[in-house]
Amino acid sequence: MSNNGTKGDVVLMKGNEAIAHAAVRYGCDGYFGYPITPQSEVLETLEALMPWETTGMVVLQAESELASINMVYAGAATGKAVFTSSSSPGISLMQEGISYIAAGELPALIVNVMRGGPGLGTIHPSQSDYFQATKGGGHGDYHLIVLAPKSVQEMADFVGLGFDLAFKYRTPAMILVDGMVGQMMEKVVLPPQRPRRTDEEVLEQCPWAATGDADKRGRNNIITTLELDSHVMEKNNERFQETYRRIEANEVRYEEYMTDDAEWLMVAFGSMARISQAAIHTAREAGIKVGLLRPITLWPFPYERISELSRQVKGILVPEMNAGQMIEDVRLATEGRVPVKHCGRMGGIIPSPSEVLTALNSLIEVK
Amino acid sequence: MKEEIIMAGFGGQGVLSMGKILAYAALLDGKEVTWMPSYGPEQRGGTANVTVILSDNEISSPILDEYDTAVILNQQSLDKFERTVKPGGTLIYDPYGIHHKPTRTDINIIPVNAMEATFELGNPKTYNMLLLGALIKARGIVSVEDVMKGLKKTLPERHHHLLGDNEKAIRRGMELVG
Repeated sequence: MSNNGTKGDVVLMKGNEAIAHAAVRYGCDGYFGYPITPQSEVLETLEALMPWETTGMVVLQAESELASINMVYAGAATGKAVFTSSSSPGISLMQEGISYIAAGELPALIVNVMRGGPGLGTIHPSQSDYFQATKGGGHGDYHLIVLAPKSVQEMADFVGLGFDLAFKYRTPAMILVDGMVGQMMEKVVLPPQRPRRTDEEVLEQCPWAATGDADKRGRNNIITTLELDSHVMEKNNERFQETYRRIEANEVRYEEYMTDDAEWLMVAFGSMARISQAAIHTAREAGIKVGLLRPITLWPFPYERISELSRQVKGILVPEMNAGQMIEDVRLATEGRVPVKHCGRMGGIIPSPSEVLTALNSLIEVK
Repeated sequence: MKEEIIMAGFGGQGVLSMGKILAYAALLDGKEVTWMPSYGPEQRGGTANVTVILSDNEISSPILDEYDTAVILNQQSLDKFERTVKPGGTLIYDPYGIHHKPTRTDINIIPVNAMEATFELGNPKTYNMLLLGALIKARGIVSVEDVMKGLKKTLPERHHHLLGDNEKAIRRGMELVG
């Protein structure tokens, strides 16, 4: 890991390192993880920071991804702010546990620093877990709040945001990011150090938590996802869905770049948004009025805004580091109004700005 | 000011460290920086490269098609990156182990005999600092003082007794560019 040079509060570090620093500073109670490239620096940095000696945060290298996610499940059930991180194959192993955490209506943070798949795949950047993250992943009708950072600064910022949203809605949140943002170094301003919540604060803020305080609460809290009466299970599902509708109504986040006068639009997330931005600069120099919409929350997805923009532009390009996944949501939003085309690379290859520009030009020509 | 740099060589030659120290130096100078590594699973051997961008403004894409400057440490990297230097750009390379020299005439090509010089200096581990010295002299992108500050931040404290050797190498690299 890198040592952290500072000028004021500004430090230079990798995205993965920023996740670790931000978690300690958030007042996170525990991390449980198992190493896998390209995100091993999260665990390495936490071990080097030794927060158990300062804030009392637990950092544990578990024996597997299955163990990690179930430790997160247990920690979350007690009202603690806990998280795990992994990369694509490891996140696949965690899906059962993630479904349980969603069904248990528990707040937790999961970080997926994606690498090229399927299978064990490569160690290089990819965005091919979009479907898995936004459409379920595990079994049952559930959603994760999915945040997609594009920079090291957002890696740091989204740790706090992810925890806050997870606790606000009692549902797991995921930071979904490609290995590029995990591995690259940039300037970052870290959040101030906050203390971990006290047991009294957890008791007060998480009346649902299984903390063994029946005497103080007047009841036992039991966290379970098993419900043998289907009528009750349907009621549970209705409650989950009601939560998801509230999240969709309140938490859609996105960023726009040069869309005011745009005749063409790109929709891209994470690293691909930045690569697309470089292509947009070149296209604008050639007189092509093109803008960018970057979804920050992949779920809930900015359907409404893309729908509006699809009435303004002549066509939409969706650059992704996969075979075309988010493009399905863009097509849903545009309801067939304009052509929507994918461009991208797979298996760990990062498309260059000129590849994106070539795809834009061919979209314009066809039109 | 914006400088887009590719540094490339064998894993173990210090390419990523060289980029990191440059990025730190620019950060201390108040610049926006990105450092984007690319390498395989090998700890040594294989090829490694890093894209470093220094800019007065916000940086969009951290990966690029072409560069203002390339610092090249082996034949494979020369074959791959010579064509990616922008016309009028700069290619710095160490001729050691190079069988097919760069041929372009529309760029500024600077051979730096760093491998030779590093053995003269007596500490081969400062090899990458010779090339960094050559780079900052040729391009004037950061001061040697900021590089030394960046080095101090990057080098673990237990290695700080080596700062002198590294500074010597940086200054020797600057001389090699003339």
